[in-house]
Amino acid sequence: MPSEALSDAAVEAGLPFDDPQALSAVSLIWREAHLLDARRYEEWDALWAEGGEYVVPIDRDATDFASHLNLVYDDDRMRRMRIERLTGGLSISAAAAARTVRSVSRFVVTDREADAIEICSAQILVAYKREETFVLAADVTHRIEFGADGPRISRKIVRLVNSEDSVTASGFLL
Amino acid sequence: MTPDMASLVESDRVAGSLYTDPALFEQEMDRIFHRTWVWVAHESEIAKAGDFKTAWVGRRPVIVTRDRRGGINVLLNRCRHRGASVCETPKGNGNGFTCPYHAWSYALDGTLRGIPYPEGYEDVVEKKDLPLLKLRAGTYAGMIFASFDPDIEPLEDFLGGARLWIDRFMKQGAGYPIKVQGEHRFRFNGNWKIQLENTTDWYHFPIVHRSWMSSVDAETASMLSIMTDETAVTHALGNGHSVSISVAEHADLDVDDGTEKLQDRFGHIAEELSKDMPPEKVRRIVRSLHGAGFNLNLFPNVAMSMAFFRVLRPLSVGETEIRHVALGLDGGPEIVNRERLRIHEHFQGPFGFGSPDDAEAWNRVQRGVAGGAEMPILVNRGLGREKPNDLGQATSHATDETGMREAYAMWKRMMTDAE
Repeated sequence: MPSEALSDAAVEAGLPFDDPQALSAVSLIWREAHLLDARRYEEWDALWAEGGEYVVPIDRDATDFASHLNLVYDDDRMRRMRIERLTGGLSISAAAAARTVRSVSRFVVTDREADAIEICSAQILVAYKREETFVLAADVTHRIEFGADGPRISRKIVRLVNSEDSVTASGFLL
Repeated sequence: MTPDMASLVESDRVAGSLYTDPALFEQEMDRIFHRTWVWVAHESEIAKAGDFKTAWVGRRPVIVTRDRRGGINVLLNRCRHRGASVCETPKGNGNGFTCPYHAWSYALDGTLRGIPYPEGYEDVVEKKDLPLLKLRAGTYAGMIFASFDPDIEPLEDFLGGARLWIDRFMKQGAGYPIKVQGEHRFRFNGNWKIQLENTTDWYHFPIVHRSWMSSVDAETASMLSIMTDETAVTHALGNGHSVSISVAEHADLDVDDGTEKLQDRFGHIAEELSKDMPPEKVRRIVRSLHGAGFNLNLFPNVAMSMAFFRVLRPLSVGETEIRHVALGLDGGPEIVNRERLRIHEHFQGPFGFGSPDDAEAWNRVQRGVAGGAEMPILVNRGLGREKPNDLGQATSHATDETGMREAYAMWKRMMTDAE
Protein backbone atom coordinates (compact mmCIF):
# COMPACT_ATOMS: atom_id res chain seq x y z
CA MET A 1 0.00 0.00 0.00
CA PRO A 2 1.13 3.61 -0.35
CA SER A 3 3.42 4.41 2.57
CA GLU A 4 1.16 7.23 3.79
CA ALA A 5 -1.63 4.67 4.24
CA LEU A 6 0.28 2.51 6.73
CA SER A 7 -1.15 2.43 10.24
CA ASP A 8 0.80 4.11 13.04
CA ALA A 9 0.98 0.82 14.92
CA ALA A 10 2.46 -1.01 11.94
CA VAL A 11 5.02 1.74 11.37
CA GLU A 12 5.90 1.72 15.08
CA ALA A 13 6.46 -2.05 15.05
CA GLY A 14 8.31 -1.88 11.70
CA LEU A 15 10.36 -5.01 11.11
CA PRO A 16 10.68 -7.09 14.29
CA PHE A 17 14.24 -8.43 14.30
CA ASP A 18 13.30 -11.27 16.63
CA ASP A 19 10.68 -12.63 14.25
CA PRO A 20 12.08 -15.47 12.10
CA GLN A 21 9.15 -15.34 9.67
CA ALA A 22 9.58 -11.62 9.02
CA LEU A 23 13.34 -12.00 8.55
CA SER A 24 12.83 -14.93 6.23
CA ALA A 25 10.43 -12.84 4.15
CA VAL A 26 12.88 -9.93 3.96
CA SER A 27 15.61 -12.30 2.94
CA LEU A 28 13.41 -13.52 0.10
CA ILE A 29 12.61 -9.93 -0.97
CA TRP A 30 16.34 -9.09 -1.08
CA ARG A 31 17.07 -12.22 -3.07
CA GLU A 32 14.30 -11.26 -5.46
CA ALA A 33 15.81 -7.79 -5.92
CA HIS A 34 19.15 -9.37 -6.72
CA LEU A 35 17.67 -11.78 -9.29
CA LEU A 36 15.76 -8.97 -11.03
CA ASP A 37 18.85 -6.75 -11.25
CA ALA A 38 20.81 -9.72 -12.61
CA ARG A 39 17.94 -10.45 -15.04
CA ARG A 40 17.87 -14.07 -13.84
CA TYR A 41 14.17 -14.32 -14.62
CA GLU A 42 13.77 -18.10 -14.58
CA GLU A 43 15.11 -18.19 -11.03
CA TRP A 44 12.88 -15.24 -10.17
CA ASP A 45 9.86 -17.20 -11.43
CA ALA A 46 10.74 -20.00 -8.99
CA LEU A 47 10.24 -17.57 -6.08
CA TRP A 48 6.53 -17.36 -6.85
CA ALA A 49 3.74 -19.39 -5.28
CA GLU A 50 1.26 -20.97 -7.69
CA GLY A 51 -1.50 -18.47 -8.45
CA GLY A 52 0.71 -15.48 -7.65
CA GLU A 53 -0.40 -11.98 -8.54
CA TYR A 54 2.11 -9.38 -9.81
CA VAL A 55 0.75 -5.86 -10.29
CA VAL A 56 2.18 -2.46 -11.17
CA PRO A 57 -0.93 -0.28 -10.94
CA ILE A 58 -1.40 3.18 -12.43
CA ASP A 59 -3.84 4.34 -9.74
CA ARG A 60 -1.82 4.15 -6.50
CA ASP A 61 -4.98 3.91 -4.41
CA ALA A 62 -6.57 1.11 -6.45
CA THR A 63 -7.21 -2.22 -4.77
CA ASP A 64 -9.59 -3.70 -7.37
CA PHE A 65 -6.87 -4.03 -10.01
CA ALA A 66 -8.99 -6.06 -12.44
CA SER A 67 -11.31 -3.13 -13.09
CA HIS A 68 -8.48 -0.62 -13.56
CA LEU A 69 -5.85 -0.12 -16.23
CA ASN A 70 -2.46 -1.20 -14.87
CA LEU A 71 1.10 -1.11 -16.12
CA VAL A 72 1.50 -4.77 -15.20
CA TYR A 73 -1.31 -7.12 -14.17
CA ASP A 74 0.07 -10.65 -14.27
CA ASP A 75 -1.21 -14.02 -13.24
CA ASP A 76 1.09 -17.06 -13.58
CA ARG A 77 0.47 -17.28 -17.32
CA MET A 78 1.17 -13.61 -18.09
CA ARG A 79 4.23 -13.58 -15.82
CA ARG A 80 5.70 -16.56 -17.63
CA MET A 81 4.96 -15.01 -21.02
CA ARG A 82 6.67 -11.84 -19.76
CA ILE A 83 9.73 -13.86 -18.83
CA GLU A 84 9.69 -15.54 -22.23
CA ARG A 85 9.54 -12.10 -23.84
CA LEU A 86 12.50 -10.82 -21.81
CA THR A 87 14.63 -13.91 -22.44
CA GLY A 88 13.42 -15.25 -25.79
CA GLY A 89 15.51 -13.03 -28.05
CA LEU A 90 12.58 -11.58 -30.06
CA SER A 91 12.27 -8.22 -28.31
CA ILE A 92 14.57 -5.37 -29.33
CA SER A 93 13.91 -3.47 -26.10
CA ALA A 94 14.71 -6.52 -23.97
CA ALA A 95 17.92 -7.03 -25.96
CA ALA A 96 18.86 -3.42 -25.16
CA ALA A 97 17.63 -3.55 -21.56
CA ALA A 98 18.82 -0.88 -19.16
CA ARG A 99 21.25 -1.98 -16.46
CA THR A 100 19.63 -1.64 -13.04
CA VAL A 101 20.64 -1.49 -9.41
CA ARG A 102 17.86 -1.47 -6.83
CA SER A 103 17.65 -1.26 -3.10
CA VAL A 104 14.67 -2.38 -1.01
CA SER A 105 14.30 -1.17 2.56
CA ARG A 106 12.01 0.62 5.06
CA PHE A 107 10.25 -2.67 5.79
CA VAL A 108 7.00 -2.63 7.72
CA VAL A 109 5.01 -5.76 8.53
CA THR A 110 1.42 -4.86 7.69
CA ASP A 111 -0.47 -8.13 8.03
CA ARG A 112 -0.09 -11.67 9.31
CA GLU A 113 -1.88 -14.93 8.84
CA ALA A 114 -0.92 -18.36 10.17
CA ASP A 115 1.19 -19.17 7.11
CA ALA A 116 1.67 -15.80 5.44
CA ILE A 117 2.99 -12.33 6.07
CA GLU A 118 2.48 -9.00 4.28
CA ILE A 119 5.41 -6.59 4.17
CA CYS A 120 5.51 -3.07 2.73
CA SER A 121 8.81 -1.55 1.68
CA ALA A 122 10.44 1.23 -0.29
CA GLN A 123 12.26 0.41 -3.51
CA ILE A 124 14.71 2.76 -5.19
CA LEU A 125 15.86 1.62 -8.61
CA VAL A 126 18.54 3.33 -10.65
CA ALA A 127 18.69 2.37 -14.29
CA TYR A 128 21.27 3.19 -16.92
CA LYS A 129 21.00 2.99 -20.68
CA ARG A 130 22.85 4.81 -23.45
CA GLU A 131 24.17 7.93 -21.74
CA GLU A 132 21.10 8.26 -19.52
CA THR A 133 20.67 7.36 -15.86
CA PHE A 134 17.23 7.54 -14.32
CA VAL A 135 15.51 6.71 -11.06
CA LEU A 136 12.26 4.90 -10.31
CA ALA A 137 10.94 4.92 -6.77
CA ALA A 138 8.08 2.79 -5.51
CA ASP A 139 6.14 1.61 -2.49
CA VAL A 140 6.13 -2.18 -2.70
CA THR A 141 3.82 -4.63 -0.96
CA HIS A 142 4.78 -8.30 -0.80
CA ARG A 143 2.62 -11.11 0.48
CA ILE A 144 4.87 -14.04 1.33
CA GLU A 145 3.45 -17.50 1.95
CA PHE A 146 5.22 -20.10 4.03
CA GLY A 147 4.49 -23.56 2.63
CA ALA A 148 6.21 -26.92 2.48
CA ASP A 149 8.76 -25.52 -0.01
CA GLY A 150 9.64 -22.55 2.18
CA PRO A 151 8.67 -18.91 1.59
CA ARG A 152 7.14 -17.96 -1.76
CA ILE A 153 5.74 -14.69 -3.17
CA SER A 154 1.98 -14.90 -3.54
CA ARG A 155 1.39 -11.23 -4.26
CA LYS A 156 3.54 -8.28 -5.23
CA ILE A 157 2.18 -4.78 -5.80
CA VAL A 158 4.58 -2.08 -6.99
CA ARG A 159 3.19 1.44 -6.63
CA LEU A 160 5.49 3.82 -8.48
CA VAL A 161 5.59 7.37 -7.19
CA ASN A 162 5.04 8.60 -10.77
CA SER A 163 2.69 5.87 -11.98
CA GLU A 164 0.13 8.38 -13.23
CA ASP A 165 2.72 10.37 -15.17
CA SER A 166 5.14 9.28 -17.90
CA VAL A 167 7.01 6.19 -16.79
CA THR A 168 10.39 5.42 -18.29
CA ALA A 169 11.21 1.76 -18.35
CA SER A 170 13.27 -0.26 -20.71
CA GLY A 171 13.51 -4.01 -20.75
CA PHE A 172 13.56 -4.63 -17.00
CA LEU A 173 11.10 -5.54 -14.28
CA LEU A 174 10.20 -3.83 -11.02
CA MET B 1 18.24 31.25 -40.91
CA THR B 2 14.89 30.03 -42.20
CA PRO B 3 15.23 26.72 -43.99
CA ASP B 4 13.69 26.44 -47.45
CA MET B 5 10.64 24.45 -46.36
CA ALA B 6 9.61 23.32 -49.81
CA SER B 7 12.92 21.58 -50.45
CA LEU B 8 12.80 19.64 -47.17
CA VAL B 9 9.85 17.48 -48.21
CA GLU B 10 9.64 15.78 -51.57
CA SER B 11 7.02 13.29 -52.69
CA ASP B 12 9.15 10.27 -51.80
CA ARG B 13 11.52 11.54 -49.10
CA VAL B 14 11.99 14.08 -46.31
CA ALA B 15 15.15 15.69 -44.97
CA GLY B 16 16.66 14.16 -41.84
CA SER B 17 16.70 17.65 -40.34
CA LEU B 18 12.93 17.34 -39.89
CA TYR B 19 13.75 15.24 -36.83
CA THR B 20 16.70 17.23 -35.55
CA ASP B 21 16.50 20.95 -36.34
CA PRO B 22 15.33 22.94 -33.28
CA ALA B 23 14.41 25.94 -35.47
CA LEU B 24 12.11 23.76 -37.55
CA PHE B 25 10.53 22.46 -34.34
CA GLU B 26 9.75 26.00 -33.19
CA GLN B 27 8.16 26.75 -36.55
CA GLU B 28 6.12 23.54 -36.35
CA MET B 29 4.67 24.74 -33.06
CA ASP B 30 3.68 28.08 -34.56
CA ARG B 31 2.60 26.98 -37.99
CA ILE B 32 1.05 23.58 -37.27
CA PHE B 33 0.16 23.05 -33.61
CA HIS B 34 -1.00 26.61 -32.96
CA ARG B 35 -2.97 26.88 -36.20
CA THR B 36 -4.73 23.61 -36.79
CA TRP B 37 -7.20 21.46 -34.86
CA VAL B 38 -5.41 19.54 -32.10
CA TRP B 39 -7.12 16.71 -30.20
CA VAL B 40 -7.44 17.41 -26.47
CA ALA B 41 -10.01 15.00 -24.97
CA HIS B 42 -12.82 12.54 -25.43
CA GLU B 43 -16.24 13.66 -24.22
CA SER B 44 -16.46 10.73 -21.77
CA GLU B 45 -13.53 12.26 -19.86
CA ILE B 46 -15.62 15.34 -19.02
CA ALA B 47 -19.06 13.80 -18.96
CA LYS B 48 -20.60 15.80 -16.09
CA ALA B 49 -20.91 19.51 -15.37
CA GLY B 50 -17.80 20.61 -13.48
CA ASP B 51 -15.59 17.87 -14.94
CA PHE B 52 -12.21 18.96 -16.25
CA LYS B 53 -8.92 17.54 -17.49
CA THR B 54 -5.62 19.09 -18.42
CA ALA B 55 -4.06 18.66 -21.86
CA TRP B 56 -1.65 20.33 -24.24
CA VAL B 57 -1.87 22.05 -27.59
CA GLY B 58 1.67 21.83 -28.82
CA ARG B 59 3.65 22.81 -25.73
CA ARG B 60 0.93 25.07 -24.36
CA PRO B 61 -0.98 23.76 -21.32
CA VAL B 62 -4.77 23.85 -21.54
CA ILE B 63 -7.75 22.81 -19.42
CA VAL B 64 -10.75 21.13 -21.01
CA THR B 65 -13.93 21.74 -19.00
CA ARG B 66 -17.64 20.96 -18.97
CA ASP B 67 -19.43 24.04 -17.68
CA ARG B 68 -22.74 24.24 -15.82
CA ARG B 69 -24.68 24.64 -19.06
CA GLY B 70 -23.06 21.51 -20.51
CA GLY B 71 -20.76 23.50 -22.79
CA ILE B 72 -17.22 22.37 -23.57
CA ASN B 73 -14.46 24.90 -23.00
CA VAL B 74 -10.77 24.68 -23.80
CA LEU B 75 -8.88 27.27 -21.75
CA LEU B 76 -5.24 28.25 -21.64
CA ASN B 77 -3.93 27.09 -18.25
CA ARG B 78 -2.33 30.43 -17.47
CA CYS B 79 -3.47 33.09 -15.07
CA ARG B 80 -4.07 36.46 -16.73
CA HIS B 81 -2.28 38.23 -13.86
CA ARG B 82 1.28 36.95 -13.60
CA GLY B 83 1.08 33.77 -15.65
CA ALA B 84 0.92 30.93 -13.12
CA SER B 85 -0.88 27.76 -14.11
CA VAL B 86 -4.31 27.72 -12.46
CA CYS B 87 -4.80 23.93 -12.53
CA GLU B 88 -2.28 21.18 -11.83
CA THR B 89 -4.81 18.43 -11.21
CA PRO B 90 -4.81 16.13 -14.27
CA LYS B 91 -8.54 15.46 -13.99
CA GLY B 92 -11.32 16.20 -11.55
CA ASN B 93 -14.56 17.99 -10.86
CA GLY B 94 -14.97 21.47 -9.42
CA ASN B 95 -16.53 24.90 -9.67
CA GLY B 96 -13.63 26.59 -11.34
CA PHE B 97 -9.96 27.39 -10.91
CA THR B 98 -8.16 29.62 -8.45
CA CYS B 99 -4.64 30.79 -9.10
CA PRO B 100 -2.40 29.78 -6.17
CA TYR B 101 -0.33 32.96 -6.39
CA HIS B 102 -2.80 35.84 -5.75
CA ALA B 103 -6.07 33.87 -5.77
CA TRP B 104 -7.56 35.25 -8.94
CA SER B 105 -10.46 32.87 -9.52
CA TYR B 106 -12.00 31.75 -12.80
CA ALA B 107 -15.25 29.97 -13.67
CA LEU B 108 -15.41 26.74 -15.68
CA ASP B 109 -15.92 28.77 -18.84
CA GLY B 110 -12.86 30.87 -18.08
CA THR B 111 -14.69 33.98 -16.84
CA LEU B 112 -12.66 35.90 -14.24
CA ARG B 113 -14.90 35.80 -11.16
CA GLY B 114 -12.86 37.24 -8.38
CA ILE B 115 -9.79 39.35 -7.61
CA PRO B 116 -8.78 39.67 -3.93
CA TYR B 117 -8.31 43.19 -2.54
CA PRO B 118 -9.77 44.74 -5.71
CA GLU B 119 -9.28 48.34 -4.60
CA GLY B 120 -5.79 48.27 -6.06
CA TYR B 121 -7.33 47.69 -9.46
CA GLU B 122 -9.89 50.49 -9.37
CA ASP B 123 -9.84 52.28 -12.73
CA VAL B 124 -7.13 49.82 -13.82
CA VAL B 125 -8.72 46.43 -14.50
CA GLU B 126 -12.19 45.32 -15.58
CA LYS B 127 -12.72 41.64 -14.77
CA LYS B 128 -14.61 41.08 -18.01
CA ASP B 129 -11.45 41.96 -19.96
CA LEU B 130 -9.33 39.22 -18.40
CA PRO B 131 -10.89 35.76 -18.75
CA LEU B 132 -8.66 32.74 -19.22
CA LEU B 133 -7.75 32.69 -22.89
CA LYS B 134 -10.29 30.52 -24.62
CA LEU B 135 -9.41 28.37 -27.60
CA ARG B 136 -11.82 27.54 -30.37
CA ALA B 137 -13.27 24.11 -29.52
CA GLY B 138 -14.98 21.59 -31.76
CA THR B 139 -16.28 18.05 -31.35
CA TYR B 140 -16.94 15.24 -33.74
CA ALA B 141 -18.30 11.87 -32.60
CA GLY B 142 -17.16 12.57 -29.06
CA MET B 143 -13.64 13.62 -30.08
CA ILE B 144 -12.82 17.10 -28.75
CA PHE B 145 -10.37 19.25 -30.69
CA ALA B 146 -9.13 22.77 -30.03
CA SER B 147 -7.39 25.49 -31.98
CA PHE B 148 -5.64 28.74 -31.16
CA ASP B 149 -6.84 30.08 -34.52
CA PRO B 150 -10.28 31.68 -34.06
CA ASP B 151 -10.80 31.75 -37.83
CA ILE B 152 -9.89 28.12 -38.46
CA GLU B 153 -11.96 26.12 -40.92
CA PRO B 154 -14.84 24.11 -39.41
CA LEU B 155 -13.69 20.91 -37.71
CA GLU B 156 -15.85 18.77 -39.98
CA ASP B 157 -14.13 20.22 -43.04
CA PHE B 158 -10.70 19.64 -41.53
CA LEU B 159 -11.54 16.00 -40.76
CA GLY B 160 -13.02 15.61 -44.24
CA GLY B 161 -12.51 12.06 -45.51
CA ALA B 162 -11.52 10.88 -42.03
CA ARG B 163 -15.08 11.33 -40.68
CA LEU B 164 -16.31 8.07 -42.21
CA TRP B 165 -13.51 6.24 -40.41
CA ILE B 166 -14.13 8.01 -37.10
CA ASP B 167 -17.76 6.90 -37.35
CA ARG B 168 -16.65 3.36 -38.13
CA PHE B 169 -14.14 3.37 -35.26
CA MET B 170 -16.89 4.20 -32.77
CA LYS B 171 -18.86 1.13 -33.90
CA GLN B 172 -16.64 -1.01 -31.67
CA GLY B 173 -18.96 0.15 -28.90
CA ALA B 174 -21.37 -2.43 -30.33
CA GLY B 175 -24.37 -0.31 -29.43
CA TYR B 176 -22.80 1.34 -26.36
CA PRO B 177 -21.06 4.72 -26.42
CA ILE B 178 -17.26 4.60 -26.22
CA LYS B 179 -15.66 5.69 -22.95
CA VAL B 180 -12.09 6.27 -21.80
CA GLN B 181 -10.95 3.60 -19.30
CA GLY B 182 -7.48 4.92 -18.47
CA GLU B 183 -4.19 5.59 -20.20
CA HIS B 184 -0.56 4.56 -20.40
CA ARG B 185 1.95 7.35 -20.70
CA PHE B 186 5.60 7.17 -21.70
CA ARG B 187 8.23 9.24 -23.46
CA PHE B 188 10.80 8.48 -26.11
CA ASN B 189 13.90 10.34 -27.17
CA GLY B 190 12.84 11.20 -30.67
CA ASN B 191 10.96 13.67 -32.81
CA TRP B 192 7.14 13.62 -32.77
CA LYS B 193 6.88 12.84 -36.47
CA ILE B 194 8.56 9.47 -35.92
CA GLN B 195 5.43 8.51 -33.97
CA LEU B 196 3.13 10.28 -36.43
CA GLU B 197 4.53 8.04 -39.18
CA ASN B 198 4.23 4.88 -37.12
CA THR B 199 0.44 4.69 -36.87
CA THR B 200 0.02 3.69 -40.50
CA ASP B 201 3.31 1.76 -40.68
CA TRP B 202 2.23 -1.89 -40.78
CA TYR B 203 5.61 -2.69 -42.39
CA HIS B 204 7.31 -2.58 -38.98
CA PHE B 205 4.68 -4.66 -37.23
CA PRO B 206 5.86 -8.24 -37.88
CA ILE B 207 9.47 -7.13 -37.32
CA VAL B 208 9.34 -4.95 -34.21
CA HIS B 209 6.45 -6.85 -32.62
CA ARG B 210 7.72 -10.41 -33.02
CA SER B 211 7.77 -10.83 -29.26
CA TRP B 212 4.13 -9.71 -28.91
CA MET B 213 3.06 -11.84 -31.88
CA SER B 214 4.69 -14.90 -30.33
CA SER B 215 2.86 -14.28 -27.04
CA VAL B 216 -0.68 -14.12 -28.40
CA ASP B 217 -2.92 -16.96 -29.54
CA ALA B 218 -2.61 -18.20 -33.13
CA GLU B 219 -5.94 -16.66 -34.15
CA THR B 220 -4.92 -13.17 -33.06
CA ALA B 221 -1.50 -13.52 -34.70
CA SER B 222 -3.16 -14.72 -37.89
CA MET B 223 -5.64 -11.82 -37.80
CA LEU B 224 -2.64 -9.48 -38.05
CA SER B 225 -0.75 -11.33 -40.80
CA ILE B 226 -0.71 -8.22 -42.88
CA MET B 227 2.32 -8.72 -45.09
CA THR B 228 0.54 -11.27 -47.27
CA ASP B 229 -3.00 -9.90 -46.96
CA GLU B 230 -4.10 -8.10 -50.12
CA THR B 231 -7.14 -6.62 -48.39
CA ALA B 232 -4.83 -4.71 -46.03
CA VAL B 233 -4.61 -1.27 -47.63
CA THR B 234 -3.88 2.33 -46.72
CA HIS B 235 -5.91 5.26 -48.00
CA ALA B 236 -4.72 8.88 -47.97
CA LEU B 237 -7.72 10.84 -46.66
CA GLY B 238 -6.54 14.42 -47.26
CA ASN B 239 -5.40 17.15 -44.82
CA GLY B 240 -2.62 14.83 -43.60
CA HIS B 241 -5.01 12.12 -42.42
CA SER B 242 -4.80 8.49 -43.48
CA VAL B 243 -6.25 5.12 -42.61
CA SER B 244 -4.47 1.81 -42.70
CA ILE B 245 -6.70 -1.25 -42.71
CA SER B 246 -5.28 -4.32 -41.03
CA VAL B 247 -8.38 -6.50 -40.58
CA ALA B 248 -10.65 -5.77 -43.54
CA GLU B 249 -13.54 -7.85 -42.18
CA HIS B 250 -13.59 -5.52 -39.14
CA ALA B 251 -13.34 -2.25 -41.12
CA ASP B 252 -17.09 -1.80 -40.62
CA LEU B 253 -18.16 -3.84 -37.63
CA ASP B 254 -21.84 -3.54 -38.59
CA VAL B 255 -21.11 -5.67 -41.65
CA ASP B 256 -21.06 -9.37 -40.83
CA ASP B 257 -21.68 -12.12 -43.33
CA GLY B 258 -21.75 -14.67 -40.52
CA THR B 259 -18.77 -16.69 -41.76
CA GLU B 260 -16.25 -15.36 -39.25
CA LYS B 261 -15.56 -17.71 -36.36
CA LEU B 262 -15.36 -15.97 -32.97
CA GLN B 263 -11.92 -16.30 -31.41
CA ASP B 264 -11.53 -19.17 -28.93
CA ARG B 265 -9.77 -16.83 -26.49
CA PHE B 266 -13.07 -15.00 -25.98
CA GLY B 267 -15.12 -18.17 -25.41
CA HIS B 268 -15.61 -17.52 -21.70
CA ILE B 269 -16.86 -14.00 -22.45
CA ALA B 270 -19.36 -15.19 -25.07
CA GLU B 271 -20.59 -17.77 -22.61
CA GLU B 272 -21.06 -15.21 -19.84
CA LEU B 273 -22.80 -12.68 -22.11
CA SER B 274 -25.09 -15.37 -23.53
CA LYS B 275 -26.73 -15.75 -20.14
CA ASP B 276 -28.77 -12.59 -20.70
CA MET B 277 -28.14 -11.41 -24.24
CA PRO B 278 -29.40 -12.65 -27.60
CA PRO B 279 -26.76 -14.44 -29.71
CA GLU B 280 -26.51 -11.68 -32.34
CA LYS B 281 -25.70 -9.07 -29.68
CA VAL B 282 -23.10 -11.37 -28.10
CA ARG B 283 -21.51 -11.89 -31.50
CA ARG B 284 -21.51 -8.16 -32.23
CA ILE B 285 -19.72 -7.41 -28.94
CA VAL B 286 -17.20 -10.24 -29.15
CA ARG B 287 -16.30 -9.44 -32.78
CA SER B 288 -15.48 -5.90 -31.58
CA LEU B 289 -13.17 -6.87 -28.70
CA HIS B 290 -10.00 -6.13 -30.68
CA GLY B 291 -11.50 -2.82 -31.78
CA ALA B 292 -11.91 -1.62 -35.33
CA GLY B 293 -9.86 -3.32 -38.04
CA PHE B 294 -7.78 -0.25 -38.85
CA ASN B 295 -5.52 2.53 -37.63
CA LEU B 296 -6.78 6.03 -38.42
CA ASN B 297 -4.11 8.71 -38.23
CA LEU B 298 -5.40 12.25 -37.70
CA PHE B 299 -2.84 14.97 -38.38
CA PRO B 300 -1.12 16.16 -36.28
CA ASN B 301 -1.54 14.56 -32.85
CA VAL B 302 -4.08 11.77 -32.47
CA ALA B 303 -4.65 8.32 -33.87
CA MET B 304 -7.62 6.02 -33.45
CA SER B 305 -5.80 2.78 -33.53
CA MET B 306 -7.82 -0.46 -33.45
CA ALA B 307 -9.03 -0.38 -29.80
CA PHE B 308 -7.33 2.74 -28.38
CA PHE B 309 -6.40 6.37 -28.99
CA ARG B 310 -2.76 7.26 -29.43
CA VAL B 311 -2.02 10.86 -28.49
CA LEU B 312 1.34 12.48 -29.12
CA ARG B 313 2.71 15.55 -27.38
CA PRO B 314 5.85 17.14 -28.77
CA LEU B 315 8.16 18.18 -25.92
CA SER B 316 11.21 19.28 -27.88
CA VAL B 317 12.75 18.50 -31.23
CA GLY B 318 14.12 15.27 -29.80
CA GLU B 319 11.60 14.27 -27.15
CA THR B 320 7.96 13.20 -27.40
CA GLU B 321 5.36 12.00 -24.93
CA ILE B 322 2.91 9.31 -25.97
CA ARG B 323 -0.38 8.44 -24.33
CA HIS B 324 -2.21 5.25 -25.18
CA VAL B 325 -5.81 5.74 -24.10
CA ALA B 326 -7.74 2.55 -23.29
CA LEU B 327 -11.37 2.50 -24.39
CA GLY B 328 -14.42 0.63 -23.14
CA LEU B 329 -18.17 0.38 -23.55
CA ASP B 330 -19.98 3.02 -21.51
CA GLY B 331 -22.65 1.09 -19.62
CA GLY B 332 -21.48 -2.12 -21.28
CA PRO B 333 -20.81 -5.48 -19.63
CA GLU B 334 -18.03 -5.39 -17.01
CA ILE B 335 -16.48 -8.61 -18.33
CA VAL B 336 -16.05 -6.95 -21.73
CA ASN B 337 -14.47 -3.79 -20.35
CA ARG B 338 -12.08 -5.83 -18.22
CA GLU B 339 -11.04 -7.92 -21.19
CA ARG B 340 -10.38 -4.75 -23.15
CA LEU B 341 -8.18 -3.48 -20.29
CA ARG B 342 -6.20 -6.75 -20.35
CA ILE B 343 -5.76 -6.59 -24.14
CA HIS B 344 -4.52 -3.00 -23.77
CA GLU B 345 -2.09 -3.89 -20.97
CA HIS B 346 -0.71 -6.79 -23.01
CA PHE B 347 0.57 -4.51 -25.78
CA GLN B 348 0.70 -0.94 -24.50
CA GLY B 349 2.60 1.07 -21.95
CA PRO B 350 6.14 1.01 -20.58
CA PHE B 351 5.75 -2.63 -19.48
CA GLY B 352 3.61 -3.81 -22.40
CA PHE B 353 4.73 -6.43 -24.88
CA GLY B 354 4.58 -3.96 -27.78
CA SER B 355 5.20 -0.31 -26.86
CA PRO B 356 8.72 -0.74 -25.42
CA ASP B 357 9.87 -2.28 -28.69
CA ASP B 358 8.33 0.60 -30.65
CA ALA B 359 10.06 3.08 -28.34
CA GLU B 360 13.39 1.31 -28.84
CA ALA B 361 13.02 1.54 -32.64
CA TRP B 362 12.05 5.23 -32.47
CA ASN B 363 14.95 6.05 -30.13
CA ARG B 364 17.25 4.37 -32.62
CA VAL B 365 15.86 6.51 -35.46
CA GLN B 366 16.68 9.69 -33.54
CA ARG B 367 20.18 8.46 -32.67
CA GLY B 368 20.88 7.33 -36.21
CA VAL B 369 19.56 10.39 -37.98
CA ALA B 370 22.07 12.48 -36.04
CA GLY B 371 24.58 10.85 -38.33
CA GLY B 372 23.47 12.91 -41.31
CA ALA B 373 20.76 15.56 -41.20
CA GLU B 374 21.29 16.13 -44.93
CA MET B 375 20.58 12.48 -45.76
CA PRO B 376 16.94 11.82 -46.64
CA ILE B 377 14.42 9.74 -44.76
CA LEU B 378 12.74 7.52 -47.34
CA VAL B 379 8.95 7.34 -47.45
CA ASN B 380 8.75 5.81 -50.92
CA ARG B 381 7.56 2.28 -50.17
CA GLY B 382 4.72 1.31 -52.49
CA LEU B 383 4.96 4.33 -54.78
CA GLY B 384 4.99 1.96 -57.74
CA ARG B 385 1.71 0.33 -56.75
CA GLU B 386 -0.15 3.32 -55.32
CA LYS B 387 -3.41 4.06 -57.16
CA PRO B 388 -6.51 6.16 -56.45
CA ASN B 389 -9.53 4.28 -55.05
CA ASP B 390 -13.06 5.07 -56.21
CA LEU B 391 -13.07 8.15 -53.95
CA GLY B 392 -9.87 9.35 -55.61
CA GLN B 393 -7.84 8.69 -52.44
CA ALA B 394 -4.27 7.49 -53.01
CA THR B 395 -4.33 3.83 -51.98
CA SER B 396 -1.67 1.21 -51.58
CA HIS B 397 -0.85 -1.80 -49.42
CA ALA B 398 -1.04 -1.32 -45.62
CA THR B 399 2.70 -1.94 -45.39
CA ASP B 400 3.34 0.93 -47.81
CA GLU B 401 4.15 4.51 -46.86
CA THR B 402 1.10 6.21 -48.38
CA GLY B 403 -0.02 7.51 -44.96
CA MET B 404 3.38 9.09 -44.28
CA ARG B 405 3.42 10.76 -47.69
CA GLU B 406 -0.03 12.20 -46.92
CA ALA B 407 1.13 13.52 -43.52
CA TYR B 408 4.26 15.09 -44.99
CA ALA B 409 2.29 16.71 -47.83
CA MET B 410 0.14 18.40 -45.14
CA TRP B 411 3.27 19.29 -43.15
CA LYS B 412 4.70 20.96 -46.23
CA ARG B 413 1.46 22.80 -46.97
CA MET B 414 1.17 24.17 -43.42
CA MET B 415 4.84 25.04 -43.08
CA THR B 416 4.98 26.88 -46.42
CA ASP B 417 1.50 28.49 -46.38
CA ALA B 418 2.68 30.68 -43.55
CA GLU B 419 5.73 31.96 -45.40
